[in-house]
Amino acid sequence: MIYLDNAATSYPKPKEVGQAMMYFLEKIGATPGRSSHRLSIESARILYQARESLAELFNVDDPLRIIFTLNVTEALNLALKGLLRPGDQVITSSMEHNSVMRPLCELEKRGVEVMVVPCSSQGVLDPVDLERAIKKNTKLIVLNHGSNVIGSLLPITVVGEIAKRHHILFLVDTAQTAGCYPLDIKKDNIDLLAFTGHKALYGPPGTGGLVIGERVDTKKLIPLKVGGTGSHSEFEEQPDFLPDIYESGTPNIVGLNGLKEGVRFVLAEGVDKIHQHEKNLIIRLIEGLKEIPEVTLYGGDYRKEQVAVVSFNLKDKWPSEVGMRLDEEYDIMCRVGLHCSPATHKTIGTFPRGTVRFSMSWFNTLEEVDQAIIAIRDIAKGA
Amino acid sequence: MKDNYRVVIFYSTSAAIRTESLAKKQGLAIKLIPVPRHLSSDCGICLQFNNEDKPKIEKILQDGKVEYENIYKI
Repeated sequence: MIYLDNAATSYPKPKEVGQAMMYFLEKIGATPGRSSHRLSIESARILYQARESLAELFNVDDPLRIIFTLNVTEALNLALKGLLRPGDQVITSSMEHNSVMRPLCELEKRGVEVMVVPCSSQGVLDPVDLERAIKKNTKLIVLNHGSNVIGSLLPITVVGEIAKRHHILFLVDTAQTAGCYPLDIKKDNIDLLAFTGHKALYGPPGTGGLVIGERVDTKKLIPLKVGGTGSHSEFEEQPDFLPDIYESGTPNIVGLNGLKEGVRFVLAEGVDKIHQHEKNLIIRLIEGLKEIPEVTLYGGDYRKEQVAVVSFNLKDKWPSEVGMRLDEEYDIMCRVGLHCSPATHKTIGTFPRGTVRFSMSWFNTLEEVDQAIIAIRDIAKGA
Repeated sequence: MKDNYRVVIFYSTSAAIRTESLAKKQGLAIKLIPVPRHLSSDCGICLQFNNEDKPKIEKILQDGKVEYENIYKI
């Protein structure tokens, strides 16, 4: 079996991830931050270690500025709905996932101005176009760092500088880049970094979070949900300190102990090394696919920086047909269709047909890529 | 020997755990203990440390921008 659907959820995971989850269930069990017995304290330590490992990865000084959510979608909803009010303007790109577009669509109905800056058909955003869209009421810029459709990157460091200069907050969706592409909250000028645990951080589904930068005033970022935190219990009002203000209810501590190990795995291997491996895979894949005349590839110059995601189509074949044959006849798992990103498909010219998408991880090999190329060649030739 | 110790009382367990982690990195002899009965805190645990480490603990709290209620002698 060849798994090429890592942009949806990475598989397999480092073995330590599952082991840590089992260890928690069997040996710890307790809720963190509530009781004062030793199992609860140990549980709280695990939660803190998970924050600590992520703080190292993203270069965050205070691990308590990292709050956990169910996934990146919840983190993006918290940031967008928590910050934007009627009359505010928000700027985004035409390469966004529905995890940004749908909250923005809802906010637009409530009176938030949404400005979508168009990108080229190769997924390139010109920061000059973005800066031109800034107005007096611009409150936030939100960008998808790496495209989940074509793997292209948006120029977050430059846009972060622009945001800083105009005193606007900058939110980055790192769903496709956290763990496999270098990210630094300071160097990249990120105010809010939304991440998910189950992709290139190699954690289980049900883990994710939001890094809340120093420029963010938590009084102006309204929590998505409130409730029990184990702190300030004498008050019926939500506590105002991090991380409790945004973390109500018992967290997914089993999953977060797995995520902790996933992040430690990434730190031990090194993000640069992982990125280089994935780059080797992507170059091999694209060069192989380019030799097949029936293949149309999407995206720009693959030799430039990008993440390990490739989209293509085969002449006279529907993506769904190609996906089914890859699964049933070649034992290759991939994703076909619109990938929850209609905006991106409109930008690259593949809406509503969609594409076939291959996405790789650290655990894929050049041999697997070669087999996938052979399979596509066979299907293209009508074999 | 009890009066050789002090405790930091926090608003949240996360802050207590963070301070424990920072103090451990400096090799200080510290321990998370349930909050003594005569001191009330909603966060059920506090950080016990040796009297003579007070300046070091205060520096850790300050440098780390840790929010805490107070430091008490026990």
